[in-house]
Amino acid sequence: MAKLANFTPTILKNLFSKPATTTYPFEPFKYPEGTRGHIENDIDNCIFCGMCTRNCPTRCLTVDKATHTWTINRFDCLACEYCTVVCPKKCLHTVEGYQEPMPEKSSVTYTMSEEAIAAEAEKKRIAAEKAKAAKEAALKKKAEEEAKAAAEAAAPAAETVAEAAEAAPAE
Amino acid sequence: MTEVKCPENILEEIRADQLPEKVMAKMAEGYRLSQACAATIEDHLELSYSFAEDNSFQYYTFRILPAEGEEIPSITRICPAAIFYENEMRELFGANITLIALDLQDKMYRIEEVQPFAPEKKEGE
Amino acid sequence: MAETTAKRSIIPYGPQHPVLPEPIHLDLVLEDEKIVDVLPNVGFIHRGLEKLVQKKDFNEMMYVIERVCGICSFVHGMGYCATIEKVFDVEIPDRAKFLRTMWSEMSRIHSHMLWLGLLADAFGFESLFYQVWRSREQILNMVELHTGSRLISSVNKVGGVLKDVDDDKLKILSKTVDQIEEDMLRVQKVFFEDYSVQSRLKGIGILTPENAHALGAVGPFARASGIPLDLRMRGDNAMPYIDFEPITSNDCDCFARCYVRFMEVLQSIDIIRQCIAKMPADHTLVTPVKGNPQGEAFMRLEQPRGEVVYYAKANGTKYLERFRVRTPTFANLIPLCETLKGESFADLGLLVLSIDPCISCTER
Repeated sequence: MAKLANFTPTILKNLFSKPATTTYPFEPFKYPEGTRGHIENDIDNCIFCGMCTRNCPTRCLTVDKATHTWTINRFDCLACEYCTVVCPKKCLHTVEGYQEPMPEKSSVTYTMSEEAIAAEAEKKRIAAEKAKAAKEAALKKKAEEEAKAAAEAAAPAAETVAEAAEAAPAE
Repeated sequence: MTEVKCPENILEEIRADQLPEKVMAKMAEGYRLSQACAATIEDHLELSYSFAEDNSFQYYTFRILPAEGEEIPSITRICPAAIFYENEMRELFGANITLIALDLQDKMYRIEEVQPFAPEKKEGE
Repeated sequence: MAETTAKRSIIPYGPQHPVLPEPIHLDLVLEDEKIVDVLPNVGFIHRGLEKLVQKKDFNEMMYVIERVCGICSFVHGMGYCATIEKVFDVEIPDRAKFLRTMWSEMSRIHSHMLWLGLLADAFGFESLFYQVWRSREQILNMVELHTGSRLISSVNKVGGVLKDVDDDKLKILSKTVDQIEEDMLRVQKVFFEDYSVQSRLKGIGILTPENAHALGAVGPFARASGIPLDLRMRGDNAMPYIDFEPITSNDCDCFARCYVRFMEVLQSIDIIRQCIAKMPADHTLVTPVKGNPQGEAFMRLEQPRGEVVYYAKANGTKYLERFRVRTPTFANLIPLCETLKGESFADLGLLVLSIDPCISCTER
């Protein structure tokens, strides 16, 4: 059966209660936890492998290993988080707060700090020295073993020669 | 718990001239046209017409591999739901479908490039 | 006896029109105020997204397919991953199945509430429109809390899901869903019994069950004509563990479609409650998938608008050969033209809205 004025109680309730809208931007907006804003890089842990660059759907990332930089064009980024999934060192993460509107597009570059570059160079040097020492030790061991084997091969031959020499004067 | 009905999909390969009679047989059994699409695999076209039955959730697909330029009869007079699918296959893929009931004359998607998904034609000969 | 022949005129309707919800073009043959014949035309949002399959590998293609439509975006992402998983022949972990079901029901609630609001707006009841959209904000906040973003969630991956949900978030979801149910029950009387709503919706846009079957109607459009077609009965994801029956109505008119979609909101709330109660404790989310796909597969899912069909063909390289999305609005356009015959021109906007059109899905 059709009735009239079914909506009136709701209208009266809405008239005398707080509005449903908020006065953003005068009242700051509280984003829920885990919301997708923009991508940031913990640059000191980055190994500049380029996995994020190859897999980004919009191709907004660039990586340069020689100068230790990682650049992102935030205006092209979709915040799809695929780079955070493929990164092997897990140094990329999402931070809340979306990119504000600007008159023209721009990129943001992260450069590795001096201490981190020095620490990486130091690690490389130590690793190189260790490898060299290990290689030398291996070569030395090999040479020793060859000499020992040659000596053992020579010894029985010398023994037979000595036996033959003894047998000959006996006759 | 909900009773689950999930039969395997069936694929049958047929020739282009067998299409109208097979479609009529399926419609008589109570199937409805679910989708029709074309695909460019390497250098030839592959057409698929799929029919669905709603009580058993059975899905039956007819596969046609037409030769270059072969005429494929339209099924729109038997099955009016196929109008948009056949217009799209002709406009984007260059499938030669004749006598469509509502022929949009290649103006369905209003694109600039002619048959962008069609297989590349062989040069020379 | 003088014979009067009514004058016929052909009017182009759309794609820009104040009452029309989506950019579709209809050429109407009118006899005075009655519609006699309809010629539909689509093609204003064709972006050629299926051609991108040649440029983006099968992991990145998920992000493209998700952006086919904004309202139904979660099910597109889930369907893409489900099709590729069928090509690889892997099964995803149980917790991933329940999470996918829960999130797709949340997506269904938000889509139906959006439609109910637009319906109220189409016959002029703006206060009801905003009352429903005010409740809808709560479900969008829940989607943002769980996945990170309100509409385009990007949480599916070939082999499972990317984000987990802890018990706190499930408790907040449970409370929110109770509040939404209370809000919807309060406006239920307005939708089902109010005089102004009934005089605009009852008796128009009739689609008989025989026509619905012959022309291939899907989704709530077909269920309002009495056909119990709901692809969730196929048992994808967590549906075998959930108690569920499709909602149908025998009235076949616009009011029946409003009734079916309203009751589906309440049914989805019930399914979410069942998922929260039966969520498995094992926290594995992804089954690892190695190598490149080879083969082809068809996959069918239930979007808020009806049956969506995905077809993938792969040849062993990291690029797929073909990916095809057949969305429910594409199938519902021909039955729509059948319902428009014999109706008055003033009801046109309402009738086009009653199939829940999503033209950007139709044309990709």
